[in-house]
Amino acid sequence: MTKSPNTSKDKVGTTGHQWDGIEELNNPLPRWWLWTLYLTIIWGVGYTIAYPAWPMIEGATTGVLGYSTRAEVAADIAKVDAQNAEVAATLAAADLSTLSREDPAYHYGVAGGAAVFRAHCSQCHGSGAAGAVGYPNLLDDDWLWGGTLEAIEYTVRHGIRNETDYDSHYSEMPAFGEVLVTDDIAAVVQYVRAMSGQDHDGAISDSGAVIYADNCAACHGDTGTGDQFGGAPNLTDAIWLYGGSVDAITYTVENARFGVMPAWGQRLEEDEIKAVTLYLHQLGGGE
Amino acid sequence: MSDAPQQSLYSAREPIFPKTVRGPFRTLKWWILAGTLAIYYITPWLRWDRGPQLPDQAVLVDLAGRRFYWFWIEIWPHEFYFVAGLLIMAGLGLFLFTSALGRVWCGYACPQTVWTDLFLLVERKVEGDRNAQIKLARSNWDLRKVRLRLTKWSLWFLIALCTGGAWVFYFADAPTLAVDIATLAAPPVAYSTIAILTATTFVFGGFMREQVCIYMCPWPRIQAAMMDNDTLTVAYRDWRGEPRGKKRSADNHQPAQGDCIDCMACVNVCPVGIDIRNGQQMACITCALCIDACDDIMERIGRPRGLIDYLALADEPDERAGMAPRPYWKHVLRPRTMIYTALWGAFGALLVFALFVRPEIDVTVSPIRNPQFVTLSDGSIRNAYDIRLRNKHGDDRPFRVQIAGDLALRVSLEGTAYEQVTVTANETRLQRVYVTAPRGAAPATADATDIRFWIEDLASGARVHADSVFNGRTPE
Repeated sequence: MTKSPNTSKDKVGTTGHQWDGIEELNNPLPRWWLWTLYLTIIWGVGYTIAYPAWPMIEGATTGVLGYSTRAEVAADIAKVDAQNAEVAATLAAADLSTLSREDPAYHYGVAGGAAVFRAHCSQCHGSGAAGAVGYPNLLDDDWLWGGTLEAIEYTVRHGIRNETDYDSHYSEMPAFGEVLVTDDIAAVVQYVRAMSGQDHDGAISDSGAVIYADNCAACHGDTGTGDQFGGAPNLTDAIWLYGGSVDAITYTVENARFGVMPAWGQRLEEDEIKAVTLYLHQLGGGE
Repeated sequence: MSDAPQQSLYSAREPIFPKTVRGPFRTLKWWILAGTLAIYYITPWLRWDRGPQLPDQAVLVDLAGRRFYWFWIEIWPHEFYFVAGLLIMAGLGLFLFTSALGRVWCGYACPQTVWTDLFLLVERKVEGDRNAQIKLARSNWDLRKVRLRLTKWSLWFLIALCTGGAWVFYFADAPTLAVDIATLAAPPVAYSTIAILTATTFVFGGFMREQVCIYMCPWPRIQAAMMDNDTLTVAYRDWRGEPRGKKRSADNHQPAQGDCIDCMACVNVCPVGIDIRNGQQMACITCALCIDACDDIMERIGRPRGLIDYLALADEPDERAGMAPRPYWKHVLRPRTMIYTALWGAFGALLVFALFVRPEIDVTVSPIRNPQFVTLSDGSIRNAYDIRLRNKHGDDRPFRVQIAGDLALRVSLEGTAYEQVTVTANETRLQRVYVTAPRGAAPATADATDIRFWIEDLASGARVHADSVFNGRTPE
């Protein structure tokens, strides 16, 4: 009569287990539960036939459906690439200086440029683009070779002091340790400190002005504001690529220092160059 | 091992044919059934105007757009704590009802019970009541049986299809999706969801029924831990009913005879196929239909109602001693239920409060830490912040970003010369904001300065603030 688990041990007996006088009745399991177990076994066997499953000596069984996670990822990437093909082409053909910030190509460029930057540029310029000693900070408003979209794109494409690209930016500061005597170098260092508003020795900085005018002004300018055409740094501002201390400036004057940068035009696609240019320009220092 | 005779480890389900019953509990259950099913089927079709750029469906879970709409309330992903709060309230509500009324959820409101009831109704309309169903089940497969079974299964399948179909309407615009489904233009996930829910409804409501409650559902076993001696559950007054036996005529009435005439009415109406006279048992969902059935019999034989009734175990000794049970409210009102009610109410009040103080606009500020600051050519110090501006309105809104106080700090927004930016309707805009301290100013030379952004919705004048930190360059 009763269809649910029996509450009478006379009918089903017990398992013999007892806890504090409470006995475990030996009710049978429902038959459908057994079927469910068999069904999961059949499903499991079928699954290993249909999908990659059994490990073999080399690789695993491939399964009759031919499913592969790698192929799926490749297909996903191809799908995204196809979806982006149009906007990437627009970006590759775009004139960046007239590209509207509302244009989808602009957003695609900034987002994609961030990825390009992390992959190819962050090794020197840092993942946050803040640079390091000898590697320019790309966030600030001081640019050695220009901070307009056009100038940044040119620098990315052709690199700096790169002998494999004839259009690369090129300039070289002489090592004045071989030209000037130590006292003159000390004087010009004090003068540079004075130009940038730092503590300096007024007694010798005045004589440094003459040495500066004779040796340095040709590239760094009469007032020390530098020259982006020749990549000559601005000496009057608060930004020092190799440090603004007396020791650091002295070393630079004596030995000369300059960095090099790859010409990415040889290695990146057109849309990647434009993308990383857009990304760099909107980091806070773009002109 | 036991001395019981060897038996199979498995047993087939024995079919249950619950008999039609009438009474106050059955009526109440019909109303609950009608109410809950109506809510389930109709809700997705209710409309609610939110403006031109937002969906007009009153209740919508927009998974792709990451929005949850409930009439005038719109929940964004970062406000998911409202949903968590509702779940906590649902849990506390279950604790409350279970400690007061036992498995009242199972017996009245659980979808498994409601849909099984609906399927039983169809079964009775097609095949007749209990006796006719038993007869049909035992008869050979003739034309009549095939016709009746096919009719019943078709009707069940239709109900199941509507059930599975209604579910997907909560996740997309119902009228559009309905047309898409009919024209085979809906996304595959809609069809697979409908197929799965149709199958589970059909199988659980038509064939599994009490097996789901007894073997599949964890809730009955958890609930037992929440009941105590004062919990009102469906029970049999065996001290009044026993010894049971056939009703004898008045002239040879024996004083030892109890009120139970062993008519099996309580067993015949039971949807889980138990005998409530055996006492509380795990399979009982406290649907109270046996109370209706027994009360009906008691009236007919002229005995008081309530041989089977909502009882508290605590009353049993008193009742056996011939005293009246304590009134229901004294069982229900006890510290445990009051604590549950207080907790439930407190959570509800907290959620309502949170809903009302929820800002109309919403911002989060994350300072960019790589690098912490940038030195500009004039020696000033600049910090950058990623500010997420959320526009919860159905139209585009201009937002203005400012810094509180007079800290000599200058704010500028990337990509615009102004201090304001337009956020499109129902969107989050990620805006980089620069804050610059002039050379030598206090924030420029301090390690860290607390700052507060004020963001104003220029269309409505609503203002919110968000606190952050400005990192300066400490002198070497």
